[in-house]
Amino acid sequence: MVASYEVRLFGMWASPAVRRVEWALQLKGIEYEYIEEDLSNKSSSLLEYNPINKQVPVLVHDGKPIVESLVILEYIDETWKDKPILPVDPHERAKARFWATFVDVKCREEARKAFHMEGEEKENSIENLQVQLKALDEELEGKKFFSGDHIGYTDLVVGWMAFWLGVAEEAAGFKANHEAKFPHFARWIKDFLQEPVIKENLPPREKTVEFFCAFRQLGGCGKMNQK
Amino acid sequence: MAASGNQEVTLLGVRLSPFVIRVGIALNIKEVQYEFLEEILSAKSELLLKSNPVYKKVPVLIHDGKPICESMIIVQYIDDVWTRSGTTLMPTDPYQKAMHRFWTVYLDDKFEPSLYNLTMSQTEAAKAEAEEQTMAVLQLLEEAFVKMSNKGKPFFGGDTIGYLDIAIGSYLGWMRATEEIIGLKLLDDARIPLLCAWAENFCNNEAVRNVSPEIMKIVEYAKFLRSKYTPPPAK
Repeated sequence: MVASYEVRLFGMWASPAVRRVEWALQLKGIEYEYIEEDLSNKSSSLLEYNPINKQVPVLVHDGKPIVESLVILEYIDETWKDKPILPVDPHERAKARFWATFVDVKCREEARKAFHMEGEEKENSIENLQVQLKALDEELEGKKFFSGDHIGYTDLVVGWMAFWLGVAEEAAGFKANHEAKFPHFARWIKDFLQEPVIKENLPPREKTVEFFCAFRQLGGCGKMNQK
Repeated sequence: MAASGNQEVTLLGVRLSPFVIRVGIALNIKEVQYEFLEEILSAKSELLLKSNPVYKKVPVLIHDGKPICESMIIVQYIDDVWTRSGTTLMPTDPYQKAMHRFWTVYLDDKFEPSLYNLTMSQTEAAKAEAEEQTMAVLQLLEEAFVKMSNKGKPFFGGDTIGYLDIAIGSYLGWMRATEEIIGLKLLDDARIPLLCAWAENFCNNEAVRNVSPEIMKIVEYAKFLRSKYTPPPAK
């Protein structure tokens, strides 16, 4: 008899949006079944659970699908109330959400352009990304993590920049995140990547760089089919 | 946790912005007294620049000296702070909450750019493409309404206006203005009857009426934007 899990996660190994959901599930000690998707040949289950944008991650809890990684993170926090990842204070919650959308929408957009484009457009995006990194660097002054002494929601969302930004830089031959310019951010990256849940749940770096290189070769302005 | 009446609430905004309107609706539903400071976007105030250094955009809510930015983040904040019974904007069930949040993200990601492109469109081709994209989102929302409104209730939030109602409803003024300028029908009874009925209920609500600009003012402003608009280069 096959064990059936009440929590299932459809994902893709290279995707930061999927990892951030896994980090949250593991921080809270939630058991789940992970289903790896081949995004060039999506399963009928994925298409059934997420017909609207057909992307990963999709969390299915008791048969009900939730999509969009930031929406999933809030759902996880509200459903499993042990070890909360969002702060209790309304103003702190608002700040956490603010930085999450900043990083997930604005920073990702600039990084995507720097990754795919060439010439002047690439340079402009790198400059914009550095303005954004400065804001993040300043936000970290006096704090170990964005969420305070322990990692939380904001750290999980910014987490793509701790690993995948470096991968993108290597694959596309650019450098935005200079340690000397953004020392607090550099320190945060080291501390974040040392956290057990994070350290034990990252894709293999070389394989990810190869994947990003191949993805870049395909050209166009494709998102990685992940949100 | 109910906020005390003495804490100062200020909203920095511009009256025609759907994002600012969202915050006004939420504050009205909660019966929060607030001061509205009209910004001139070409000459932003020191207060705005200091309160939102990252984006320098409206709306910004300042509560008890602390700024909160991004319209739907502000709406959630308002819901968390002012908790008078009968006025909750978010459902209690986490899955229902996730539905409100998902559609809000989808709306701002897909609907807002399509509507903007439609409002600015100055060729038949641009108009047709933007209209198709805009109507596609409205169709999806029509279907979502059936699932979310809990069997025939007037709003996505059920009996009362909720988070997603505010997110979508804030665009209604601009949708009407666009219908007027471009000469088409978005809120078409024949295609999206439930959303049309929802729109009427939404617009008739006092909390909404109070912050809804006259359509002609939006039309005027949209025409001004159109006169300065240059379409992005073809991809």
